[in-house]
Amino acid sequence: MRRGVKRLAAPFAVNALLVLGAALTLAPLFWMVSASVMPTGEASSFPPGFIPSRITFEHYRDLFQRLSLGRAFGSSLLLASSVTFCSVILNSMAGYAFAKLRFPGRDGLFRLLLLGMVIPVQIAMLPLFLLMRSLGLVNTYLGVVLPSAAGIFGIFLVRQFARSIPDELLDAARVDGASEWLIYRRLVLPLLKPVLVTLGVFMFLGTWNDFLWPLVVLTDDTKYTLPVALANLVGEHAQDTELMMAGSVLTVLPVLLLFLGLQRAYIEGITAGGLKE
Amino acid sequence: MRVETRRGTPAEARAALFFLAPGLFVIVVFFLLPIAASFLLSVTDFDLYALADPSNARVTGVSNYRALLSDPVFLTALKNTLVFVLLGSPLTVIVALSAALLVNARLARAKGFFRTTFFAPVVTTLVAVAVVFRYVYHPRFGLLNRGLTLIGLPAVDWLGDPRFALVAIVLLAVWKNFGFSTILFVAGLQGIPESLYEAARLDGAGGWQQFRRITLPLLAPTMLLVGLTRTIDYFQLFAEPYVMTSGGPLNSTLTMALLMYKEGFRFWNMGRGAAIAFVLFGVILVATLIQFRLQKGGET
Amino acid sequence: MARGRGTLRRALSPGVLAVLLAAAACARGGPGRGAVRLWGLGREGEVVKELLPAFHERYPGINVEVQQIPWTAAHEKLLTAFVGESLPDVAQIGNTWLPEFRTLGALEDLGPRVARSSVIAPGSYFPGIWDTNLVEGVLCGVPWYVDTRVLFYRKDLLAAAGVAAPPRTWTEWHDALRRLKARAGPGRWAILLPTDEWAQPVILGLQNRASLLTADGGDAAFRSRAFREAATFYVDLFREGLAPAVANTQIANLYQQFAAGDFAMYITGPWNLGEFRRRLPASLKDAWATAPLPAAGGGEAGGPGVSLAGGSSLVLFRSSKRSDDAWKLIEFLSEPAQQVRFYALAGDLPARRDAWSDPLLSTDAAARAFEEQLGHVAAAPRIPEWEQIAQKVAEHLEPAIRGVVTVDAALEALDKDVSALLTKRRWVLAQKAAHAR
Repeated sequence: MRRGVKRLAAPFAVNALLVLGAALTLAPLFWMVSASVMPTGEASSFPPGFIPSRITFEHYRDLFQRLSLGRAFGSSLLLASSVTFCSVILNSMAGYAFAKLRFPGRDGLFRLLLLGMVIPVQIAMLPLFLLMRSLGLVNTYLGVVLPSAAGIFGIFLVRQFARSIPDELLDAARVDGASEWLIYRRLVLPLLKPVLVTLGVFMFLGTWNDFLWPLVVLTDDTKYTLPVALANLVGEHAQDTELMMAGSVLTVLPVLLLFLGLQRAYIEGITAGGLKE
Repeated sequence: MRVETRRGTPAEARAALFFLAPGLFVIVVFFLLPIAASFLLSVTDFDLYALADPSNARVTGVSNYRALLSDPVFLTALKNTLVFVLLGSPLTVIVALSAALLVNARLARAKGFFRTTFFAPVVTTLVAVAVVFRYVYHPRFGLLNRGLTLIGLPAVDWLGDPRFALVAIVLLAVWKNFGFSTILFVAGLQGIPESLYEAARLDGAGGWQQFRRITLPLLAPTMLLVGLTRTIDYFQLFAEPYVMTSGGPLNSTLTMALLMYKEGFRFWNMGRGAAIAFVLFGVILVATLIQFRLQKGGET
Repeated sequence: MARGRGTLRRALSPGVLAVLLAAAACARGGPGRGAVRLWGLGREGEVVKELLPAFHERYPGINVEVQQIPWTAAHEKLLTAFVGESLPDVAQIGNTWLPEFRTLGALEDLGPRVARSSVIAPGSYFPGIWDTNLVEGVLCGVPWYVDTRVLFYRKDLLAAAGVAAPPRTWTEWHDALRRLKARAGPGRWAILLPTDEWAQPVILGLQNRASLLTADGGDAAFRSRAFREAATFYVDLFREGLAPAVANTQIANLYQQFAAGDFAMYITGPWNLGEFRRRLPASLKDAWATAPLPAAGGGEAGGPGVSLAGGSSLVLFRSSKRSDDAWKLIEFLSEPAQQVRFYALAGDLPARRDAWSDPLLSTDAAARAFEEQLGHVAAAPRIPEWEQIAQKVAEHLEPAIRGVVTVDAALEALDKDVSALLTKRRWVLAQKAAHAR
């Protein structure tokens, strides 16, 4: 009798805990969406509620019309796309070279580069800003994009993945007289597609969510990205809860959708890259 | 590491140069060079006066670093950062591992759904989430206090009370980041052969013993990876305190990265700001080495 | 499953487009190249937009673009814009920041323009306020609105405690506070003095004629007898339980607590005139009033004690390419009519004295305390490091307030800290002196 109850209890316990965990995880996000469509003032009422009394989109209208957050959305999109495009190309080229091209000092150089992953990005920020100033790139989109156009982590990710490409395949192509660039374009890139998707999603997410560097480099509010515009909004409209939540939804929704669409590839890419050593 | 059986051709080496050049150029010019420059800045007293007239900058050697060591605000920031890492890292690991165990359990249903759910916070924009949590933490209208009072616990002024503000930010960081580590743990768990558990069950080992004797040891490499990445990440805490508390109340959420930003960009004490950044780097390096030794040494 | 080549080509086109767009966007034209760019801070940045249609009517050829920046980010935004050479033409700047930007050489000397102007004359402004815009004898900005601190208090609670009129000296004040506390009982206080604000101790110091720093701003002087007396007076208010030892972030709702009588006095600025009217319950409409600050000393019945000469100024940046048009904007915003309109919209008090004769202000009893106070204001030391020093004053006094250290120990630590901060300034001053010889 006890055995039977135990057998029922165990799956119930596990799944109940999972549901509880999911509820706790999603609660803030759910409240964010819910508050964004509440009438003004309702989100700051006592006791706090979860369900809006009626649904209104006035705050979204406000964001786009009065506060031109649509422009910030466009900026974020432009920057994230540009960085994704550049970094996928540059990082895959370098990662492939580290994995499959043989040249003296290759592994030593790679390990040196790995050391750089420990360095916090903030150290470089001040002189980087001065460098941008001398290049005339302060308050420009290029100034935001360039530092992220290639990165050690991206190279690492591609290199780990590219190591699994069989040498024989490449050598056979070389024997056939193909140039290295041709091999890369025709043979390697298609094989790298999974890690490139992971890398692309990673860079898009990273750039979309990036806060400090755009905050420092962009002084014109017409160029602000969403996170910077949102932080700016908090400075002045902290009491307008519903408005702030609408801004947060606008910032979070695109990347959430992107992730949901590509999650399988993304997660596979992380686990493959993270655990292979 | 693979042993190379064939040496490359000069053509290959030339091609490698071409492949590496753009990426390495960006990294050297926009990352490594500024770091070297930062080090140079940190041994000068470059500040507002120097901005007005470069001849006002002097090389001061280690005096920036020495001044930091006796600056109570810096020491507070150092303390806060360490507390944050020591609280946040293990907490994230525990939560992530628990979630991974649950998701990976044989009896669990809809694993894909739960895995995605746990990962969702990772993908969200930190600033947006910090804004949301500012309201969740509101002493009167916030969800958290509502939940606490419903189960009989007292309401807390999360962001206004110097004793709790750092804890509030730890909770936010754990919520935001545990999903990523959960994924890594799930992959690690799936790498443990089922046969080991079978054998243990036949030997009469219970659930807890199986966990201690099989799961934990075999999960060690993943633990190391998760632990290290969390530590390195948490040491650089900046956006949450910037958006939610500006380092307050009473500097209780002032982290080193935030202090560096304030000194460097708000007051333009660039020499000092660079010194803070390098101390942060040094601390991260030391902590990473310690953690590496501890966790690697633990596995036999 | 798309073929590798096809995917790459499909990825390339939008990518190329993105890069081209990025390259195009990096050209620093930006929208409205011919417009005068104005940066407004905080609420003022939002409100000033409403004054602009009238400006455009008068000068149809001049377009104005306003960018609003929150106060929390303003300081660093201005500095990074200076370094990045992307400053606007005109900006609103807190007057305590003028010395910094003067040191950077970012501000145009407005003396000649003011001399030629028919709208702006030094005599039309409160002298203490005009003074704050003169850094090393050069006029760096034109005062836009003023900010000073006065006493907001509960008339009814004060009367119930047996005090007929608002206190005019420290002695009277101390006495009134004790009576208020006696009546309020435990859990409530006489006055709210947030421990993270530097304005109160600095004001008390200025009232007691403390110089805070040495004459050239090269060293700290917080251990002077004058400042020590002021700091002791300040800290004792907490030690006696007359004020709660809380910071701004720990006050759940200031207005609710004032209405409930949790404290009867509060030292704050003009923005709270509007806020108090808006947020206090209607029943308390006539229960509160404002008064100028009490003066140091025991028995003198001279004027009120000094308060801080705060406020914002409008500055013209040297890097501006449209300085004449920008100057017209500054003149426009300095006209008495515009100053009154601005007050009506934002609640910020006009810097021009003649604007105060407008019925909107002359009939406002609560605003009159400000007018009186503005005749007795003193500036904080006008050096670039003041912002950092001010923060340290609050930081160092806080442990003394909580009883962790003595006032003397706190002042010693503050003095040492500030002195270290000013090392560079001393060196720069010495260099200048050496060059002058």
